[in-house]
Parts: sequence; C-alpha cells; structure tokens
Amino acid sequence: MIEADRAASGPVLEVRRLQKFFEVRRGFRRRIVATVRAVDDVSFAIEQSETLGLVGESGCGKTTTARCILRAMAPSSGEILFRAADGRVVDLAPLPRAALRPLRPQIQMIFQDPFSSLNPRMTIFDNVAEPLLVNGMRNRRARLDRVAALLELTGLRPEYMHRFPHAFSGGQRQRIGIARALATEPRLVVADEPVSALDVSVRAQVLNLLLELRQRLGLTMLFVAHDLSVVKHICDRVAVMYVGQLVELTTTAALFARPRHPYTAALIRAVPIPDPRMPSGDVALAGEVANPASPPTGCYFHPRCPHVIDRCRTEAPTLREVDGHFVRCHRAEELSLAGA
Amino acid sequence: MPPVLQVRDLRVHFFLDEGLVRAVDGVSFDVGAGQVVGIVGESGCGKSVTMKALLQIVEPPGRIVAGQMLFRADGAEAVDLAQLSPRGAAMRAIRGAEIALIPQEPMAAFSPVHTVGDQIIEALLLHQRKWRPTGPALSRPDARTITVELFQDVGVSMPGERVDAYAWQLSGGLRQRAMIAMALSCRPRLLIADEPTTALDVTTQAQILNLLRDLQRRHHTAIVFITHDLGVIAQIAHSVVVMYLGRVMEHGPVDAIFHAPKHPYTRALLRSIPSLLATPQSPLPTIAGSIPHPLGRPAGCAFHPRCPDVIGDLCARHTPALRVIEGAQSASCFLYHRDEAES
Repeated sequence: MIEADRAASGPVLEVRRLQKFFEVRRGFRRRIVATVRAVDDVSFAIEQSETLGLVGESGCGKTTTARCILRAMAPSSGEILFRAADGRVVDLAPLPRAALRPLRPQIQMIFQDPFSSLNPRMTIFDNVAEPLLVNGMRNRRARLDRVAALLELTGLRPEYMHRFPHAFSGGQRQRIGIARALATEPRLVVADEPVSALDVSVRAQVLNLLLELRQRLGLTMLFVAHDLSVVKHICDRVAVMYVGQLVELTTTAALFARPRHPYTAALIRAVPIPDPRMPSGDVALAGEVANPASPPTGCYFHPRCPHVIDRCRTEAPTLREVDGHFVRCHRAEELSLAGA
Repeated sequence: MPPVLQVRDLRVHFFLDEGLVRAVDGVSFDVGAGQVVGIVGESGCGKSVTMKALLQIVEPPGRIVAGQMLFRADGAEAVDLAQLSPRGAAMRAIRGAEIALIPQEPMAAFSPVHTVGDQIIEALLLHQRKWRPTGPALSRPDARTITVELFQDVGVSMPGERVDAYAWQLSGGLRQRAMIAMALSCRPRLLIADEPTTALDVTTQAQILNLLRDLQRRHHTAIVFITHDLGVIAQIAHSVVVMYLGRVMEHGPVDAIFHAPKHPYTRALLRSIPSLLATPQSPLPTIAGSIPHPLGRPAGCAFHPRCPDVIGDLCARHTPALRVIEGAQSASCFLYHRDEAES
C-alpha cells in the first residue's frame, strides 16, 4: 500500500514498466530452454472516464497485459497502480489473493465470446447476480431489483431474467455480460475484444451501448481489440503493441491523422475500407511477426520496417515523446507517415 | 464467354428433429470466367451451406432439394452439379480438380501427421490427368517438383524446405499460403474461398488478399469469395451477392452495391459498420432486433420484422422474388416491384 495520499484527481490506473515472462521448459528435468517476453516494459495510464484502446496483432501481448491488470495472473515485474474507490492508490502487482479480494469488485471484465462467458446452467438472474452475492448482497429482493435495473440499463427486458442463456442471441448475451460486469459498479472495466465475435448488424448495437454507458456512468475502460475501425470509433486514446512492447501511444485523433511509428501506419493501411473506390488493405507488411522468445536485435520491428536504417538493427529505441505521441522509433521526427 | 457457374434457385434444407431449416432457399447467381464474386452475409445466412452445396459436401440431415448448379469446365458442356451423386466418379473428378476450396481455418484443414507437401502431392497424384492428359503417370518426384513450384508461386519463402514441414510448424500466413497452393495445385476453373482471411491478423490478411488478387489476374481463375467482412468484399470482389436467412437480398456489381445499394438490408448493413473514415464516438445507425433463429424464420420477406421500409402486411405475407432493378443489379424487395405481389 504505497503512495496512500496522492491527489484524488490522479489516474484510475497507472501501469509502470509492466513485464510478464513465460518460461518454456523442456525435457525430464523441465529445464528452462527459452523465455517468452510476452509483455516487456509496458507503461500507460488511464484517467477517470477515459477509454484507452490497446491494439496489436495476435501474440503481441495485449491480452496478457489485460490479464495482469485484472490480476488473473501475476506480473513478472512492474507496478500496477490502481486508485481504489476510497482514494487510496494501491499497487496490484505484488498483492496476495486475500488482499486483492476487496479490490476485485472494482475492476471487472467484459469477455469476447458471449457463448462461453455465461454459465449455461444458471439463469440470467443468477449469472448477473453472482458478483453481487459474492460481494455480500445477501438480500434476494435487493438483488432482484438490482439485476432488473442492470438489464434495463443494457437494453434488455427485465421480465426475461429467469430464462437461461441459450434463449438469447449473441448480441443479447453480450448485453448480459456487460450487465454482469457493471453489477458491482466497477471503477475500471477491462473489455477484451467485446464485439469481435458479434455479427455486423449486432456489433453496431453493442458499440452504441458501450458509448452510451460511458456517457451515462462515466465508465473508465481499457478496450483491448484488433479491429482498428472499432478502436477508432470508441477510444479516446490508443496504445499500439508489437511483440510485447508499446510502440506508440497517443490520442485517437492524432494516431489516425498522423501515425508516428511505421508499424502503426502499416496497421492502418492494412485495414480494408468498405468502399471499392478507395483502394486499401493493399500495402502489406513483408514477413512475419517476430518470435517473442527470441526477438530480433535492435528495434523488434526492423526486419519488417520499410524505413529501416542501420541504427535500427543494433540499437533498441526507447519510448519517448515526439509531438504529443509516445513513440518507440529512432526516426519518429523525420518520417512522414500517412494516416487514415 | 459463358459463365463458369450458374446457380439457379438452389435450395438446401436440413431435416432436423425440431423441424425443417431452409438454410438455402432459392439462391441464384452467376460467376463469370476470371471473375471474383463475393457472397456476404451474417451468421445463418446460408453462405457456407451454399459453398458446401457447390462441392456436394452437405452433411445429412441436410440435402439439396431443388435447383441447378450449372458448371462449365474448360471447353466442355455444362454439368448440373446438383444432379451428380456426391460419391460418384463424375463429382470426384470435379471436386478438388475443377472446383477447389480454400477453407477458413488451414490448421483444421491440414492433417497434423502428414507434411503439407505430402498432402499436396497426394492431390496431384489423384488428379494427375489434369497435369498430364496423356503419356506415363506422374511420378512422386515429379509431383514434388510441381509442389515446390506451387509454393514459389504463392510466395512461400524457402519452398524446398517448407514442403517437408508440418502444418503446425508454419505460421498462420504461411499455412494459408500452403492451403492456397494446394487449392491451385490442379489448376481449378473455380476457386471457393470460405472466409480465407477471417482467422488472420490484419497485416497477414493484406498479404493474402494481395496474393489472391495477383493469382486471379495471372491464372484467370474464377473465385467465389465468402465473407462477413464488407471491407474485404469491397476490396476484392467484382460483383457481390448479399444474403440473409438463406435468400439473396441483393446482387450486383461491387460499385453499385456499395454506392447505390437498393435493398434496405444492404443499406442498413453498410450504415452500421464503423469505418476508419467515419466520425468517432457518434452513435452508429443500427438494424433493430437480431437475426431470427433458423427454425423461427419470419413469413414473407425474412427481413421484414427488422426492415425500416416495411410495407404494411404485404412484406409479412408475400415473399419477394429477386428481380432486376437496373443493369446488372437486382434485389428482392417489394419497394421496387410492388405490383408483382398484388397481382
């Protein structure tokens, strides 16, 4: 319990130099043969009522970062400073299970797949009321009222709360998942790809719901996603990850108007735009994502980078501020990259 | 040149214990030689079942109950695939050789206990008369040489070594390239790509789309491209078929579909996607409700309960047929041919 008396207006979450390594063991003696640097030196902060997007390709460490913040796993090093409801700033990283328990209702998660995230043997009421019951709301009448209010908030009819999940469509189930995440009035919501499993016509409904809830409840959200158009639509700021590292962090408008990191620019260019008159999604990055167990020397992105110079091959860039962007690139000032 | 494929009023029904599911219910479209036709729709629209019908691999209790699928191989008479027995010699000579499939998940499609090269060589030896119409049989070393060339063609680096790799040793992008090499191995006239980039990251997706565009230009293969991603469709297809609950809602050239959509479903679908070019944090126009359960398909036009332009109980009682609206663009909607139902 450090920094107990920080200003009450500080960020809700501040992640400092977060690292999470996984050891690869082989053979009879389970010797360590390699270390996967899944999250390697990630730092960012989320202010009250802000939505931060965390984007990157599969294996870039975005989900591992989210799970460390939820303390579903213990980070290898670094600090996760969370400002609790009573104003104290707590470092979640080293806390044991028992100390985490009173903080858990304050950080909730919205899952990707609405078909596996609800218990099929529990009614909607039981699913949504579970976090209330666990956190001491013993009165069934009170729970019924609260669940009814939550379902109404997320656009569902409270009459249906005694049905089972199989009676609901994907979009409705995702609404139920959101209602459950909001049950304990969390200070921080971690949403891991909350719309990527949904059909196009339903995705817009759920995105609108998330936007509306942000406005009405002042939600603070970490939004993990791979779809840049969704991220652009919903996030205030965006952090881009590549092979376990943050490569760029700035406001959504600045990121899409003028990306400073060649990887961000490549990601934006790779998105196919739903308009046949606008050729896009055609400039492909060469090669494959680096292996986080043996990343390349220097800048991790240099083997795929179209703007590589000799310095990139030997010297690893640090995250530094360039014109309002935090960017990890030696050539951030001189490059002029196209946005969306 | 006559179209490679003409699908006419195709119907595939599933006879379940719970009831009859009309997964594909009167689908018609043409695929011209060297053309990319995109089939787009949400889950349950019948796009994957259409693909299975074309290859005659619909699993029971599903069955092709009506319709024609006229397929023209090079310089040959049209064959109605719907009339062929799924296990017959004629269908087996077409499947894989004349009509090939690129599946969504290459990891699930490749066998994990055989090298990718062996699996392609097997296909080559099976359909070897496509490579060597007369003369001695294709030998294994010959087939291997062809496989290495195919790998080079689809941009697999170090093709000589990669031929001996197992699918699980390759990255997602390489695996999909190997799958494309396998699909092209018998020089098919028609390629069916079933969500070939859905399981891939966006930068890998761009690579694979580029590859498909390039191959299509060089080999003049016709492609049926199935996806739910309107962005991908806009960038790769020449013409688009929009499906909803087993029926074609709209069909037309890609530019018309995206810039002058006629069917209310197409219009609503296009409005509801967040785009890199749209205003951030503004509410998206949505389609009310959700996709009905396949057993509870609404009567009349399947889209009418969600349609903003629904016409009283006309749409609830009658099913609109697919009619030409202008040029090559057709739609099934009473907004454009109201007289038909009233007569």
